[in-house]
Amino acid sequence: MRFDRHARRKWFSHAITVLAGLSVLVVLIPLASILYEAASIGGPAFSPSFFTQTSATPCSPTPGHPCSLGGIGPALQGTIILVGLAGLISVAVEVAAAVFATEYRGRGLGRAISFTADVLTGIPSVIAGVFIYTYFVLYDPTIVFSTLTGALALSVIMIPIVTRTTEEALRTVPNSIREAALALGISKWRTTLQIVFVTALPGVLTGALLSVMRGAGEAAPLLFTAFGSRIFFQGLNKPINALPLLIYNFAESPYQNWIELAWGAALLLIILILVVNVLSRLMIQRMVRRMRGQ
Amino acid sequence: MNPTKLRVDHLTAFYDGKAAISDINLEFPERAVSAIIGPSGCGKSTLIRCLNRMHETVPRTRVEGHVLLDGEDVYAEDPVRVRRRIGMVFQKPNPFVTMSIYNNVSAALRFNGRHSREATDRAVVRSLEQAALWDEVKDRIDAPATSLSGGQQQRLCIARALAANPEVILMDEPCSALDPIATSKIEELIGRLKNDYTVVIVTHNMQQAARVSDYTAFLYIGKLIEFGPTEELFERPKEHLTEAYITGRFG
Amino acid sequence: MLVGGFIVLLLIFLIAAILVREASASFQAFGFAFLWGTQWNPATNIYGVVPFAVGTLLTSGIGLLIGVPLALGSAIFITTQAPTWLRGPVGTVIELLAAIPSVVYGFWGLYVLGPYMHATVEPNLQHFLGWTGLFGGTASGTDVLTASVILAVMVVPTISAVSRETLAAVPAAQKEAALSLGATNWETTRVSLIPYARSGIIGGIVLGLGRALGETMAVTMTIGNRDTVPTSLLSQGQSIASLMANELTSTTGPLQYSAIIEAGLILLLISLLVNVSARLLVWRVLKVGGGIVE
Repeated sequence: MRFDRHARRKWFSHAITVLAGLSVLVVLIPLASILYEAASIGGPAFSPSFFTQTSATPCSPTPGHPCSLGGIGPALQGTIILVGLAGLISVAVEVAAAVFATEYRGRGLGRAISFTADVLTGIPSVIAGVFIYTYFVLYDPTIVFSTLTGALALSVIMIPIVTRTTEEALRTVPNSIREAALALGISKWRTTLQIVFVTALPGVLTGALLSVMRGAGEAAPLLFTAFGSRIFFQGLNKPINALPLLIYNFAESPYQNWIELAWGAALLLIILILVVNVLSRLMIQRMVRRMRGQ
Repeated sequence: MNPTKLRVDHLTAFYDGKAAISDINLEFPERAVSAIIGPSGCGKSTLIRCLNRMHETVPRTRVEGHVLLDGEDVYAEDPVRVRRRIGMVFQKPNPFVTMSIYNNVSAALRFNGRHSREATDRAVVRSLEQAALWDEVKDRIDAPATSLSGGQQQRLCIARALAANPEVILMDEPCSALDPIATSKIEELIGRLKNDYTVVIVTHNMQQAARVSDYTAFLYIGKLIEFGPTEELFERPKEHLTEAYITGRFG
Repeated sequence: MLVGGFIVLLLIFLIAAILVREASASFQAFGFAFLWGTQWNPATNIYGVVPFAVGTLLTSGIGLLIGVPLALGSAIFITTQAPTWLRGPVGTVIELLAAIPSVVYGFWGLYVLGPYMHATVEPNLQHFLGWTGLFGGTASGTDVLTASVILAVMVVPTISAVSRETLAAVPAAQKEAALSLGATNWETTRVSLIPYARSGIIGGIVLGLGRALGETMAVTMTIGNRDTVPTSLLSQGQSIASLMANELTSTTGPLQYSAIIEAGLILLLISLLVNVSARLLVWRVLKVGGGIVE
């Protein structure tokens, strides 16, 4: 009787282990599937022209008449420009905000900024696009669909992320460093900027890279702002394409060559994000090790 | 000397490849209190944690040798079963913080299938009485365990271990985190427990070992130096090292 | 410095203000009846948010129903069962799921998951579970159910990561207490880890809900885009986010535009509420260092 109960308990514990292990496998299936599709359909599309040319006219291959692919050049350029621009805007704003929030963290204003940034990370990305869209529809309809509005929409998403991570990084800097600097007669602002900030640099950079990764992958905010285009960058006030937008538009089309281009773009995005992820981790580790060694 | 309940046979235990205790041979008599003493770092905690196979729950550890409970090697058995028969009380009281006093004590019962409410109630009351805690908590049995003082929490942990109906109770410096009054309550309790259980207690406090135990083992840098009836070990130690420790020359 | 900080504060007010302004026309036209209006008809200019609220809640709800057990199972496996050397890598791989952009999920949903649901899963569901009345209509693979499955995959990394952190933060003493009483592996987890980490785990789930509510691209590409209340899990539907993505730039009149913005405002409010409560739950567990403040 007692043996029975004990055996049952052990069996149940093992069953849970198996179930838990199974959930890990189930969770990994979509990941494997996505990587497989992107690599097998998108991979073959990679070529020098893929990265530089505009996309070919839509067509589906018929026997004897293969379709040309063209490339995703404009979308790639667009992503780089939009994310770069949004990154600049975000960094300017968030460094200021985070420093302000941390150095004045006791006061109500600092806490308000911190809380607001936190809240902002939770807004759906599509709302960021809607916000910029409605604003410009009201006040300057001529540039509603433009590189500028696209960059602004992306920065609405990126600013809160970088602000929060910078703020957290700044907070982990021990007070003793601040006090040491102030005791040496360095002004409060210089202390903050040159000493505290530099010490927190690994954390700050992680946040910046995280936001860049997010920005590069977002399509929803760009639907109503950058809008998309078939050609290369025409100016800050003209529409522009981006990799996620291209994927969205081409994926829903029935054309074989466009679908291949979309998978190629998807593969490119995934690789970029992976590379940035790994690079940032390595860089952080190196910086942390260097700073600890000092 | 009572018959042996727990025998340690050529026991060596490793942390990260380094031996914390080596080639320990000991016999703990049943229904008696055996103390393990020695300077810090001598391996007393490691030894006691090997008795109920808790040592191996930490990563990068290894055990060689045997521990025999009533003649059967616990290392050849299912550790879950071993820990049911050999209970443990830790240095810092560790009641389950999300549970009430009642649920803490009855925790082990709930692992082992359904018991009626009355049977559980009876077991809880009995364990709390054995741990000399019942009178203090009987009118707030559903209060959170964390509402008790340190000394009470430790007695709660003792009650919890008792409720699992073990044959051996291991205590790893159970009073080191407590004030003198709480300590003396627990020492009193240990004196009563030995009527029904085999008790092994690790202590860094020699006077406590002298007060509380029937047998004492002296460990030094992972090796067993001497083991014998407490009175003999303290008044007529056989080993020079033992004498040095007891007279306070080191440790 | 000040400018940056103020921009963050300003942002949230600006977003709210503009959306409220643009939604006011719709509010004036329908009042609170918008909240229970089931019609969305550009021809008669009658609008109500119910079809989209149902779409959002259904997809998020079912997404969580599927995703939470998988996420918890993975978290438990990684924290308690997996050998130490396996823990880091598996965790990292699951987090890779979080890095894949929404639009790539949508693309995959359209081309891989959808057809699979259409050919295999949905007919079986209709055959075996048709009596529940949940699976009426024709199986197509582009419907509420498919969108829910994609959302499930997307929330798993979030919930799993938070659960893992909170489970790992449980003091070892609690676990040892359970083990020393002769508990099996699962019993130890059940009795000492999960109760302690409970608020953190719930916080993670609520955080996942917040993400699911705002998901746009993956849902748009798999839900079918029909502006009616779904009658079965296999119906085509529309979430508030996908409504905005699809129709904001192509409205037939100012009232429709205003109604879409009003729906977006409702989504914004709900996701803000959800996100704030999630952060409060998680913050309390991680910062205070335990499920109970001692």
